[in-house]
Amino acid sequence: MFLINCPYCGERDQSEFVSGGEAHIARPKQPTELNDDQWAEYLFMRKNIKGVQFERWNHAHGCRKWFNVARDTSNDKIEKIYKMGEQPPKL
Amino acid sequence: MKNKYSIFSLIKNAFSNHENWQRAWRDPEPKKEYDAVIVGGGGHGLATAYYLAKKHNLTNIAVVEKGWIGGGNTGRNTTIIRSNYLWDASAGLYDHALKIWEGLSQELNYNVMFSQRGVMNLAHNLQDVRDLKRRTHANRLNGIDAVWLETDEVKKFCPIINTSQDIRYPVLGGTLQKRAGTARHDAVAWGYARGADEMGVDIIQNCEVKGIKRNGNAVEGLETTKGFIKTKKIGVVAAGHSSVIANMAGLKLPLESKPLQALVSEPVKPIIDTVVMSNAVHAYVSQSDKGELVIGAGTDSYVSYTQKGSFNIVEETLKAILELYPIFSRMKMLRQWGGIVDICPDASPIISKTSIKGLYFNCGWGTGGFKATPGSGDLFAHTIANDEPHKLNAAFNINRFVSGDLVDEHGAAAVAH
Repeated sequence: MFLINCPYCGERDQSEFVSGGEAHIARPKQPTELNDDQWAEYLFMRKNIKGVQFERWNHAHGCRKWFNVARDTSNDKIEKIYKMGEQPPKL
Repeated sequence: MKNKYSIFSLIKNAFSNHENWQRAWRDPEPKKEYDAVIVGGGGHGLATAYYLAKKHNLTNIAVVEKGWIGGGNTGRNTTIIRSNYLWDASAGLYDHALKIWEGLSQELNYNVMFSQRGVMNLAHNLQDVRDLKRRTHANRLNGIDAVWLETDEVKKFCPIINTSQDIRYPVLGGTLQKRAGTARHDAVAWGYARGADEMGVDIIQNCEVKGIKRNGNAVEGLETTKGFIKTKKIGVVAAGHSSVIANMAGLKLPLESKPLQALVSEPVKPIIDTVVMSNAVHAYVSQSDKGELVIGAGTDSYVSYTQKGSFNIVEETLKAILELYPIFSRMKMLRQWGGIVDICPDASPIISKTSIKGLYFNCGWGTGGFKATPGSGDLFAHTIANDEPHKLNAAFNINRFVSGDLVDEHGAAAVAH
């Protein structure tokens, strides 16, 4: 349980948000050119880091906008919030 | 040789104020080398070691556990055991476990308090009714006992359920597996630990794995907080921390680790003599032998290793519990806790070899691993000993995420994720 500072609405309870999982997984430009291993890597494999990981979140019960969060999964502390399309911060 | 637990040993030890019981397992320091090392001293890991020693004569093995045995998800689940899964592969896997449960206390000479009090799954909308009826038919074709109950039969089986059609999600029926039930989760870990220890397995607690040493494409050993342990075979049964261990070997798994919560009430006289689960409103409840209501909540939507979980998840579960069981409205909840569950995209486990020689994973049990403990240990032991899966866990290999041959059990998993 924690607070998330939505870049559009300000600080709100986490229950207003939905986690979109690991961030910066780019959809392959030509899926048909991928072999099965590469497709599985894109579709299913996750870093699932214990520590700081980059995630997508959606303010589902607010502005409904997506943004990125750098969050420490070992203590739920949010290190940085940045908008979609921006590069992950160096921490 | 361990003393046998019996009514006579209980009486004998009563005369010495229960101060002279033999210790149930040793507390050894790790040897330099083992034939195999199991990472994770939960129920699944200890069961794996037990069956490796018992069925495959591998006794020069160790279980390394970073905390204390049974202190992770084994001691944090809601102890429900059932095998009413939809697909053939899952039915085979979970019913294999249920059959072992039925004789486990005798086999281990340890009372795991297995109680076949039945598990009832409720339907709250038309799609639930269709899905659960389909699952009942599939179960029966696989030789698993399952019956469909109409609403009045649900009420008859568990009278305290509110079956009024005026509530927000009325009960439209349910399924019942009578062979299903509960067991004492700690006793399962302790029983397997005692049994494995007796056959020579070293159970090493407070020993955290820090790294996996590889020589080319084969494992050579483990770096731990108690030094380097050489071994050619590593079986990882680390539940929520599986991805962390996989990362040490340079592997990625299709898992996400999320907090799953449970809570218990103050103890009361017997009021519910079965297990009732509801996926749709997300509430399940049973009563422990001590008298506490044991209530399972849902997972959080985000990855976390904090073993806590969010308050709103508990709130939603209790709302549903109160609507279904108005009689519980004045019960006080005593304790709440979380465990980290590793969830696969298809809500089925992985019991498999990996691309690295000598490295095996048993993970991805998600929200429902406790019920499978004996079967999981048995099949994982077979996989490690023979370097090949048993036919019952062949479908649960890690390559299914590449081939696309998934075992989609979202509908039958205990918790809707």
